[in-house]
Amino acid sequence: MRLFDLIRPSRKANSADIAKERLQIVIAHQRTERAGARPAYFANLQRDLLEVVRRYVPVGDDAVQIDVGRQNDCDILELNITLPEHTRS
Amino acid sequence: MARIIVSTSGKGGVGKTTTSAAFGTGLALRGHKTVIVDFDVGLRNLDLVMGCERRVVYDFVEVIQEKVPVHQALIRDKRVENLSVLAASQTRDKDALTPEGVERVLTALAEQFDYIVCDSPAGIERGAQLAMYFADDALVVTNPEVSSVRDSDRILGLLESRTRRAERNEERVRQHLVIARYDPVRVEKGEMLAVDQIQEMLAVPLLGVIPESQAVLAASNAGTPVILQDSADAGRAYDDIVARYLGEERPMRFVTAERGLLRRLFGSRA
Ligand SMILES: Nc1ncnc2c1ncn2[C@@H]1O[C@H](COP(=O)(O)OP(=O)(O)O)[C@@H](O)[C@H]1O
Ligand SMILES: [Mg+2]
Repeated sequence: MRLFDLIRPSRKANSADIAKERLQIVIAHQRTERAGARPAYFANLQRDLLEVVRRYVPVGDDAVQIDVGRQNDCDILELNITLPEHTRS
Repeated sequence: MARIIVSTSGKGGVGKTTTSAAFGTGLALRGHKTVIVDFDVGLRNLDLVMGCERRVVYDFVEVIQEKVPVHQALIRDKRVENLSVLAASQTRDKDALTPEGVERVLTALAEQFDYIVCDSPAGIERGAQLAMYFADDALVVTNPEVSSVRDSDRILGLLESRTRRAERNEERVRQHLVIARYDPVRVEKGEMLAVDQIQEMLAVPLLGVIPESQAVLAASNAGTPVILQDSADAGRAYDDIVARYLGEERPMRFVTAERGLLRRLFGSRA
């Protein structure tokens, strides 16, 4: 049986290749999902920005909104700070 | 500065504990002060693999709860100088480990050890995340098998987002691929994923390949880390891994079926 296999290599796709093909799809999917996730330091950045703004203006917990976008080859940090009504002159 | 190394995988039963025991022992054999910490709370096993199960008096959780100082819970290895073990507890309370507690214990250990090897539990939940959180290096232990490779990719994602280094936006955790339970004969027959296929998919530098080996079970039966058995193929493979980790160049071994034609024809397994 084994001797026979060696002399006449089997024609069907071997199972390791099938495994690889299936895994490549799964992993590519996992990785695109991860790529869409926010960078790990985001929560800390948001908290620190809020702290800085609050040194000057009293604002609510959701006053600082940040987001990342892509433009060409750059990651863009979008920053939105909402000031409360009464601070306007 | 001590370096913290996590042995992790996602999937269970792939060789994390075997790797933690062998790798930690290998570092100590080369003169580095090393402690291996079992993070698998509730399912402690490192003590058995290291052969010190009857010497566990205090455990990791008791140190975290400040019942005893860490040095009282450390078990010094009787065979290898510079090597200690910190056992996990058998408590079923999954929240026994806290990030603050783990940080405090690791900081105390870092004062007296060069390397801290963290043996991660399986899964991607709290326990596994705590084991990797403070790591500088990760040994990503993978078997040549679909679910293990997929889980390893999930772990890579966590290493890049759920670690202290990631959160502080520091240099990322250094990832090292360890392929365990590799059987080159089956790979040649097309029955098992090959090293380069796995490495290409995960895209992590390969630290080494541990062959499927009967010596691993024999070593764990005896409570001896397999790296202490010079004659064992898996022991030599782990020795290569430690050497490469420390910067030595070693050719890859155990990746091709170097067996006699007769054995190949009749398929006996070494
Ligand atoms: N290279 C190997 N060859 C043969 N058996 C192995 C090998 N590595 C691990 N094992 C066996 O696999 C089982 C699980 O190993 P273990 O290190 O406890 O995995 P994990 O910690 O990932 O759950 C054990 O029975 C161990 O003896
Ligand atoms: Mg284990």
